[in-house]
Amino acid sequence: MKLIIAYINPYRLDDVLESVQEAGISGLTVVEAAGFGRQSGHQEIYRGAEYEVDMVQKTRIEILVDDVIVPEAVSVIEASVHTGAIGDGKVLIVDVEDVIRIRTGERGPDAI
Amino acid sequence: MDSGATAWILTSSALVLLMTPGLAFFYGGMVRAKNILAMLLKNYIAMGVITIVWTLVGGSLAFGHLIGGDPMTISDTIILGNLDYFGLRGIADGASIVGGIPNSAFLMFQLMFAIITPALIVGAVAERMKFGAWTLFIIVWSIVVYVPLTTAVWGGGYMAELGALDFAGGLVVHINAGVAALVLAIMIGPRLGYGSRAMRPHSLPLTMLGAGLLWFGWFGFNAGSALAADQAAADAFMATQVAAGTAATAWLLVEKLVNGHTTTLGFASGAVAGLVAITPAAGFVDPFGALVIGLAAGAICFYALKIKSTFNFDDSLDVVAVHLVGGVVGSLLVGVLAVGGVGGGEQFGIQLISVLIAIVFTGVLTFVIATIIDRTIGLRADEDDEQQGLDLRLHNEQGYVLTE
Repeated sequence: MKLIIAYINPYRLDDVLESVQEAGISGLTVVEAAGFGRQSGHQEIYRGAEYEVDMVQKTRIEILVDDVIVPEAVSVIEASVHTGAIGDGKVLIVDVEDVIRIRTGERGPDAI
Repeated sequence: MDSGATAWILTSSALVLLMTPGLAFFYGGMVRAKNILAMLLKNYIAMGVITIVWTLVGGSLAFGHLIGGDPMTISDTIILGNLDYFGLRGIADGASIVGGIPNSAFLMFQLMFAIITPALIVGAVAERMKFGAWTLFIIVWSIVVYVPLTTAVWGGGYMAELGALDFAGGLVVHINAGVAALVLAIMIGPRLGYGSRAMRPHSLPLTMLGAGLLWFGWFGFNAGSALAADQAAADAFMATQVAAGTAATAWLLVEKLVNGHTTTLGFASGAVAGLVAITPAAGFVDPFGALVIGLAAGAICFYALKIKSTFNFDDSLDVVAVHLVGGVVGSLLVGVLAVGGVGGGEQFGIQLISVLIAIVFTGVLTFVIATIIDRTIGLRADEDDEQQGLDLRLHNEQGYVLTE
């Protein structure tokens, strides 16, 4: 079991949701995030005062999947957010030791 | 009694009261999310304590000499009213201060001005002043600064004797509050991290809503200042709309040329600048004169934003650029643009002297009051309070609760 964590541009979220559902993925979690990487912040002007805004708004998507689905899940995420510009984001794949579905007490792959 | 005039003054009083909540949200949207409630309460508290101050002593100190006496006398020996009407008792017994209007209506209308004027100042000390110190400051300032200036201009005092034109409060309200804001901002010092951290407005939608309420209430402020439901009231109403619309548009145009974008904050700021500038002139200029004043206010106040960075003080929400500079622009231009044979070189000179008197009067007394408060209970919140936010630390509340 793996946890796929993707940091993407917020306005790409709908594309990702659509494509992962088509790929048969049955659930995911979305978290609003802010941070910085190679994509630096930007400047905003209020009443003539310029402010450097270091943090960039991002969306963090978490998808719990069985090992066999990982390659396809990653490729549909990539395909739906890739533009080639700085700020497209990152995908992380993390090992998951165990999963428990609280309602039924099921464990492991059955609980995904 | 003139029922039309009385109805209009009562309506105007309610309109002017609404400007203080409007101002609270205009300012509230511009502070960071951790200080929204502290900002709202520092405005709303004026509706509480200034009402008490005005009822007990303020109304009588400002206008007591006009109750029950002869029709309005103007003299440079009139410095203050009296305390004959302590608690506003017996105000209905004497003759009307303004013909046709009950004294309670006139003093109610004036109370609303006494409420919003100190509230205007708070933008200069946003996000760092103690609540108790603020409340004490506006109580004392209201009696020591606001009331005497009101008597001088509208109570037949030395400013009236001089011939100063101030239809609805260019001197009494905006220059007065703007100078006090300048003094307080310098005395209290900049916010922690000012100049190095981004201190962005947390909710411009609130600011836009507040600006709309201010604009709406300002019709009572200016057209009500005719103290009648007549030609002057209608003219002032028209001038108010023309100046506000023009100034908002002018500000947008200038900022598009200078900064590259049109902004909501720019529109709101321009509208308020135009409303400020037309305030002393509303009943004295024709619609074209109002257009000129609006254009001047929108452009000049935009450039006045640079004053605080040039002289390095943290007038956090630009009270100086909008209210002091806007008030001066309107108070001077009315000397030139007033119709009916009033405006001209001589009147311009009178306006200039009046503006300088108001600036020195308010500047000195505000400095004295703020110094005394600073040396005793202190003006400024603790560093921890400022960092964690005044809402939680001073009021034990949060503006935005995002968890169940």
